[in-house]
Amino acid sequence: MSGTEVDYLHIVTQDKISDRRRDLGRLMIWGSATILLVLIVIQSLDQFSKFEFGFKTWRPTLYAYFFWATCLCWAQIILYGEQGRRRLFILPAVLFVISMVIFPLIFALGIAFSSWNLSSPDGRQFNGFDNAIEMWNDPFYWNALKNMVWYILAIIPEYIIAFCLALLLNSQIRARKFFRVAFLMPLMLSPVAVSWMIGKSMLEIRFGPISRLVRTLGWDNPSFFGSDEIARFMIMVMDAWTFIPFMMIMILAGLQAIPKELHEAAEVDGAPPWKKFWEITFPLMLPVSITAILIRIIFKLKLADIIINVTSGGPGGATDSVTSFIYREYRDRSNVGYGTFLAIVYLILIVIFMTFLIKMAERWSRPRY
Amino acid sequence: MTRQIFFDSKNDVAFRPKRFLEKTFIYVILILWAIICLFPIYWTVTTTFKAAPDVMKGNLVPWWDFRPKWLGLKSLGLSPDRIFVESTVREEFLKRFYNSMIAAVGSSTLAVLLGSCTAYGLSRFKYRFGFMRNSDISFFFLSQLILPPVVLALPFLVLYKELALLDTRVGLIALYTLTVLPIVIWIMKDQFSSIPTELEEAALVDGLSIWGAFLTIIMPIALPGMVAAFIISLVLTWNEYFFAALLTSSHAKTLPVMVASQTGSQGISWWSMAALSLAAILPLIIIAVILERYIIKGMAAGAVK
Repeated sequence: MSGTEVDYLHIVTQDKISDRRRDLGRLMIWGSATILLVLIVIQSLDQFSKFEFGFKTWRPTLYAYFFWATCLCWAQIILYGEQGRRRLFILPAVLFVISMVIFPLIFALGIAFSSWNLSSPDGRQFNGFDNAIEMWNDPFYWNALKNMVWYILAIIPEYIIAFCLALLLNSQIRARKFFRVAFLMPLMLSPVAVSWMIGKSMLEIRFGPISRLVRTLGWDNPSFFGSDEIARFMIMVMDAWTFIPFMMIMILAGLQAIPKELHEAAEVDGAPPWKKFWEITFPLMLPVSITAILIRIIFKLKLADIIINVTSGGPGGATDSVTSFIYREYRDRSNVGYGTFLAIVYLILIVIFMTFLIKMAERWSRPRY
Repeated sequence: MTRQIFFDSKNDVAFRPKRFLEKTFIYVILILWAIICLFPIYWTVTTTFKAAPDVMKGNLVPWWDFRPKWLGLKSLGLSPDRIFVESTVREEFLKRFYNSMIAAVGSSTLAVLLGSCTAYGLSRFKYRFGFMRNSDISFFFLSQLILPPVVLALPFLVLYKELALLDTRVGLIALYTLTVLPIVIWIMKDQFSSIPTELEEAALVDGLSIWGAFLTIIMPIALPGMVAAFIISLVLTWNEYFFAALLTSSHAKTLPVMVASQTGSQGISWWSMAALSLAAILPLIIIAVILERYIIKGMAAGAVK
């Protein structure tokens, strides 16, 4: 994620932009913006039933927004010529992301500080910090956060397994392509299908093949989702199963980028294999490993699908992740206000945690001599 | 007459069994892990063709310890004797399948188009947007990856309700595009920065505009990267469950939601659940087998700098 020096394209251009053209560009931007604003005002008035215009939805505003966005992009060329053409490369994506993220986030802040149950008829009511107090006293939310710590810690064994597999795949073996495809497979599968395939059918206590295997190994009455620790462990295993290929492939790519000369030099110096690994391979793989682990943590923080479908948080919230907890808060109780508040708190925690991690990662991956 | 003049030393000869053991060990682990990866898929495929007693007896190998039946496909209306007959189950299934496909392909295409342009711009020109420079803008896009879906889900639920986008494929496509856009930008930035700028300089000297150079010169070179980005987006969006479960109901429901909504009744008809799961995973399995090197290329994009 670090910014490396890039070779930029240098072009010298001359644009003669006449005053009329400039006026046209400004007119396009401000004209469409006015239309958008007028529509927003009209629709809000309609919403608060001051006037009756008969709008059913906010669709007209959406269309006006599209119109404004198009005009804004187009006007860049008219106003700035060549410079505008360059801006056109990133402007659509910037507009898209801002309208899809920043605006809903502001909206979410509004919802978070209100009591809003979709199933109750009172609608939305501002309630200040009541949600915060409720959160403070909600043992299940804290429990879910604690579980997230466990789930994040599970990345360490995942990483070790992925590293070993990548080393094996990188050694001189036959049928490498077959193994690569086979190892990649779990990543392709939908978590929902996985939760049925493994969680519900293979781990089924009576007929599931894994239960049978476990029984022949001597555990007479296997119950995979009975006790807290085992249930959490099973969720970790299923999630690891789908995501180990991801880390493995990143590490494999890193391994293949290590120049062969280094290993040959070590060979000549008579280094034993484990020393070769610790002194050459592992330090060189550190940046790649950190990137892989960071991305893995980001994906892990979103963990929900498997939990929702296999245990729905049970037994007694022992397997709940924050996401699955909020999902049920909404699904079972339609509690939009409280759920959004929890989500916002989670977001703030994640941002703090990830900023800290990225700072630490930058320090760790810088080579020290 | 040739005569062997170089001989392996005693040490090297003694070394061989150890080396052989090492090899065997490596292959045993590799095969074991391959079984761990592939067995669930095998189990799902065979369960599709099993009747209840076969499931209970734990039969594994078709034609050897059980006789395959068309039960699973029949429950979806896809078995040979049902395929030409009207079937509401099939209609329902095909609708969900189609929804998933539209949502996944639509959003991946959109994300690749938007993301490629952005990544190209960021790798070629210097931008200033208030206090934000190029690296800040890149970080702004990449940081969207951190955003957990729950934060957006509930606001979007309310927002989409107001915009009449709830339970529509368009709404789903917009959200999915947002979730995969950072990944696409990351892969494509890596791709574009490996293409030398001299190419565009030559094209510009020859009289192409910058967009012309991008579309006719650079895009074809960056095509492998775009395919990689497209496939990875496809995987993520095809499998997406969380947003689909919250934002769709009867009309735009996708395949994962359909699978999830039927897990409750799995005790009764294993074969139909297996068939449904199989349908949900099969397209991506085929893609993985055929286009494996693009997937690996895409995922390795960030790894090697």
